[in-house]
Amino acid sequence: MSPAPSSGFHLGQWWKRNRKSILPPIFGIGGFLIFWQLSSSLGLTKLSGPLSLWTEERTRELLLYPFFDRGGLDKGLFLHTMSSLSRVALGYSLAAVIGIAVGIAVGLNKGLNRAFDPLFQFLRMVAPLAWVPIALVMFQQNQPAAIFVIFITSIWPILINTAEGVRQIPQDYRNVALVLQMSKKRFFTKILIPSTLPYIFTGLRISIGLAWLAIIAAEIVMPGTPGIGFFIWDANQNGYVSDIVLGVIWIGAIGLILDRLMAWLQTRISSSR
Amino acid sequence: MTASLSANPASTAAGAAAPLLRFEQLGLAYPTPKGPYPVLENINLEVQSGEFVCVIGHSGCGKSTLLNTVSGFSKPTAGQVLLHGQPIQRPGPDRMVVFQGYALLPWCSAYDNVYLAIDSVKPQLSDREKREIVMEHLELVGLTQAAEKLITQLSGGMKQRVAIARALAIRPEVLILDEPFGALDAITKEELQEELLKIWNTQKCTVLMITHDIDEALFLADRLVMMTNGPAAGIGEVLTIDFPRPRNREDIMEDPRYYELRNSALDFLYNRFAHDDDSK
Ligand SMILES: Nc1ncnc2c1ncn2[C@@H]1O[C@H](COP(=O)(O)OP(=O)(O)OP(=O)(O)O)[C@@H](O)[C@H]1O
Ligand SMILES: [Mg+2]
Repeated sequence: MSPAPSSGFHLGQWWKRNRKSILPPIFGIGGFLIFWQLSSSLGLTKLSGPLSLWTEERTRELLLYPFFDRGGLDKGLFLHTMSSLSRVALGYSLAAVIGIAVGIAVGLNKGLNRAFDPLFQFLRMVAPLAWVPIALVMFQQNQPAAIFVIFITSIWPILINTAEGVRQIPQDYRNVALVLQMSKKRFFTKILIPSTLPYIFTGLRISIGLAWLAIIAAEIVMPGTPGIGFFIWDANQNGYVSDIVLGVIWIGAIGLILDRLMAWLQTRISSSR
Repeated sequence: MTASLSANPASTAAGAAAPLLRFEQLGLAYPTPKGPYPVLENINLEVQSGEFVCVIGHSGCGKSTLLNTVSGFSKPTAGQVLLHGQPIQRPGPDRMVVFQGYALLPWCSAYDNVYLAIDSVKPQLSDREKREIVMEHLELVGLTQAAEKLITQLSGGMKQRVAIARALAIRPEVLILDEPFGALDAITKEELQEELLKIWNTQKCTVLMITHDIDEALFLADRLVMMTNGPAAGIGEVLTIDFPRPRNREDIMEDPRYYELRNSALDFLYNRFAHDDDSK
């Protein structure tokens, strides 16, 4: 936001300065929504238009009351989202801890890297949905399986970026550690971690998006537990198209918020150094 | 005085103190896909404790490699480097380096960079003693005011001062400087040269310094080691610079020997061992 002029806040001036960044997205999104609504009104697609979020009474209820809880799976969208987020938080934290630890080990040790890099490169190409049946067989239970799917899809960018960050520690810093004969622990806390931190955060940011994508895959195939993925699956089974649209909008919005959050953290980290 | 060509370590002249550092038939070749690439060959040199030695030579001749064998970052492939008669095995704080690119940790303040060095090398000191040493050395290079600034907020000259403070704070026996003032403007450079001399006078450490600047070497050094061109570079000639100390820039410039020394260095670098690029 631009600083307010000394004479106080002038809406007119503020508008003048910021309209270039406000108007185009409004036109872009508005145009897209109009196009969508028209295609659905004219029968070009069976997908209900954005207005159906309001015109369908069931969907309007869901839109207006995200917090209701009638027990079981009959919950507002916010509560579904919270269940999903808690699962993501678990799987993602696990991915962060193990990804950073393994990334550092692989980054420091050329032999380890040579041994495991092909495996990592291979595993990271496996789609979240493909992990679901494997996870179900491995854990025999929905909840741990869902968390595993999130973990295994989101760990790779963290791991690979951390390892790259460790390899990119400038030789100069390593030489300083050598000539001062720093202990391993000191090298770790004073040089390795600070030097690698921007890479770790790049990985964390890429991964949060993947983790969120994975939760949907996990929940769609593991029904019976509250969650935004289950909600969409359920709406699909019942043929509530406008509910699906609403669910997808929630997913997109939450994904965007998570990404912005990580981006903000990332800039905080890189500006504090 | 110049490179002792004797391969026998026992032949130190009677009466002369045993040298602090001794390069014996030192050779170093880097392995390459096309076989070993010889950078240094047959280097023999003795450095006495407390001496200030400058090394000069054309770019790429192996100056950094030579000093790396003292700091312990490079292992000789022939001969050896002895410190107090013991072969140098690995880097250590007794041979502290001021690196070509400063090598300060940018996420720490000037103070923390120096503190980290003390804390790593002398963990047994009390926190108060460590703080005092840090401040004493920041003061020595005139950085008391900027102590809490992050490295990224410092100018090139200030960074070099921090690097020197960090190196001196741990009281190394040998101080190794790789072109410390190459990237600085002329005024900052002269200031820092004078500061370095003052500190060296009080701390009495042995200094090995790479430079590209003959005048800098003549102002600072006791001896100037001039290297021949690579590959397989060696020591071509060693000039003894015996202007009285403490030195004053104007005084030594008026000394007729200054021009003799300067001319012989120039002759060595640009006539006898002219670089391919320079001779055109
Ligand atoms: N790790 C290495 N592997 C192979 N060759 C190397 C390696 N390091 C340096 N060299 C070669 O050794 C030679 C000497 O390098 P060195 O860095 O010691 O030169 P220098 O005299 O310090 O040069 P400058 O004045 O440019 O710093 C160069 O030809 C360089 O290409
Ligand atoms: Mg060099």
